[in-house]
Amino acid sequence: MLVNPVKRAYLALESWFNISFGSEWNPLYHLGTLSFFLFWIILVTGLYLFIPYHGSIAGAYASMEYITHEQWYVAGIMRSMHRYASDAVVITILLHMFKEFASGRFRGFRWFSWVTGVPTLWMVVTLGITGYWLVWDELAQYVAIGSAQLMDALPIFSGAMTRNFVSGGMTDRFFILIEFLHLLGQPMLLLFMLWLHVKRMSHVAINPPRGLAMGTFFALLALSLYEPALSHGPANLDTVPRVLQIDWFYLNVYPLLEIWPAQQVWMFTTGLTVLLMAMPWLMPKKEGPAAVVDLEHCNGCGICFEDCPFDAITMQARTDGARYENEVVVNPSLCASCGICAGSCPASNPFRSSRETLKTGIDMPQLPVDEMRRLTRETVESMSGHSRIIVFGCEHGLDVARLDREDTRGIKLICSGMLPPTLVEYALKQGADGVMVTGCRENDCFFRFGNSWTRKRFTGDRKPILRARAERQRIRMHGAAEPDLRSVEADLEAFRKHLVELNQATASGKTGTE
Amino acid sequence: MVTAGSKPLRYLLQAINYTVFMAMVWYFATSPSVRIIAEDEAMITIAFAHAGQLREPCRLLTQEELNALPPNMRRIEDCPRERSPVTIEARLNDEVFYSATLPPPGLFDDGGVDVFHRIKIPAGEHLLGLKMNDSVRIEGFNHEFERQIKIDPAQILLVSFKSDQGFVVNGGTE
Repeated sequence: MLVNPVKRAYLALESWFNISFGSEWNPLYHLGTLSFFLFWIILVTGLYLFIPYHGSIAGAYASMEYITHEQWYVAGIMRSMHRYASDAVVITILLHMFKEFASGRFRGFRWFSWVTGVPTLWMVVTLGITGYWLVWDELAQYVAIGSAQLMDALPIFSGAMTRNFVSGGMTDRFFILIEFLHLLGQPMLLLFMLWLHVKRMSHVAINPPRGLAMGTFFALLALSLYEPALSHGPANLDTVPRVLQIDWFYLNVYPLLEIWPAQQVWMFTTGLTVLLMAMPWLMPKKEGPAAVVDLEHCNGCGICFEDCPFDAITMQARTDGARYENEVVVNPSLCASCGICAGSCPASNPFRSSRETLKTGIDMPQLPVDEMRRLTRETVESMSGHSRIIVFGCEHGLDVARLDREDTRGIKLICSGMLPPTLVEYALKQGADGVMVTGCRENDCFFRFGNSWTRKRFTGDRKPILRARAERQRIRMHGAAEPDLRSVEADLEAFRKHLVELNQATASGKTGTE
Repeated sequence: MVTAGSKPLRYLLQAINYTVFMAMVWYFATSPSVRIIAEDEAMITIAFAHAGQLREPCRLLTQEELNALPPNMRRIEDCPRERSPVTIEARLNDEVFYSATLPPPGLFDDGGVDVFHRIKIPAGEHLLGLKMNDSVRIEGFNHEFERQIKIDPAQILLVSFKSDQGFVVNGGTE
């Protein structure tokens, strides 16, 4: 079924991490928060290192040697943690990009996050470069001259920087500039870019699950103790360093200067960046229409405003003269067309106006709630057998049509989060023996919160809740991607047996009563 | 979705994952190493800034020309801003290793040029020859330098130019 090898590779990696960590701790579901956590480690260790560090030509290297060897038990470990966390964050950012690209979460309404995310990686890299500069060892010398060559290739410097370095023009004041950049300028700019990156999202998480954070912290600590970060020999502008142990996460551009002129290196890196940033338009995907508000059926309760994962819904004072205080407004340019709002609307109740068209407060033109109700009713009627199961799936998870058989039928929604809990109750009332909700893999909803909101609605932790009269034993959730067909089928089979037993128990209970 | 059945197995798998993650961090933080220069190589770096001479010499204005100017703009000489390009030729053991003609930068071609060139050479004794022309009004080269140099492995020989001293070489021994 899968044709996209990049997506297949991602799903395989995701499966492996689900086996190892479970979906709650799967690092692929927390790459953003994991990166934030690594930034915290970098910040705290960096602040400590700033105390013994001496920012001058004569003092920088000596203070780094003191940090590494004299006070190895605190500052040395801090240095290693600072360095390895910085390296780890490049991996988490690259994995984050790979994940978003492989799962198609970089285009359409997500273009803004993608476009602001790509240069953020470069900001992290330049922050690392100035960090290496501060050590003022042979590697720093290499970085300083390479950076000067790159800067000189820009029309604003025209050769003055490199000449300044090689002819011994570097002073302590230059160190102060680099210190300012590394400690304040670049981190502030990075923070701004991160804010911009998540601006079009609601309910933004900052912290990873505690277990994952602890695991990452102790892994970094173990590496820091096993292989402490060391400096090269001191910088000496009269000689060329012979062999350098380069940090490829940050300094990968510099070896290119050995084979290409600086202008060509700029063209390559800028071209690659522009190509990546243009991906949403180079590989576009058609999206459905935005959610539509029907004020006649909206009482301004604000549940859809709370549930929207992309901040596309705002609340404002009532404009139609109705007796309610507020109304909701959809910003079509931010709307992901996921339908989670339709699923959250208390008016999306299929038991209302059963003989007329079902109108709700906020609805999706491409799959209105009334159409969902009709499909549910007709699907239940079309099934036969002793364990009739209706499976609600989504467009981004396992194709539920693959599960179809005599007693099982799938209905594809835009997102599992657009399923009103009352529709599950309705399906059971119409004669279905059981209801299964698939959607995307657990904790990895294409629209961020579809499956988790649905689960919370079912357990009564989030409005609108699944009412008590809906028999919980007849409802099951199983998040699944395309390769998970076998596990879903196995779960369905177990569910069928369970429903047959439940039906028999119910029948014998009724007979006994009679 | 498949998950590891028992907790110990799950923790073991997590430990493996963390180990792989840290192994990647550790390896690419320092490897593969890059050789910048061979054991028996040294480097010559030519690095200096120099403004070429004016393309045309300053000219004394005639009385008529001075009278035609507003009183606050009268000056004795008219000096065109445009400077000459700087042509450099560097030779090692009579072989040219760098040759360039650098036009003056700036909107009015009146800036100084920045020269930067590096070359790796075998360490040892060499005959270094440097020539420069910085005036369009002079044929051939108006600054020349030739010297026998000895340079150690990994050493940088820095060539600069000062208007009052000509070519200056630092590093290496004569």
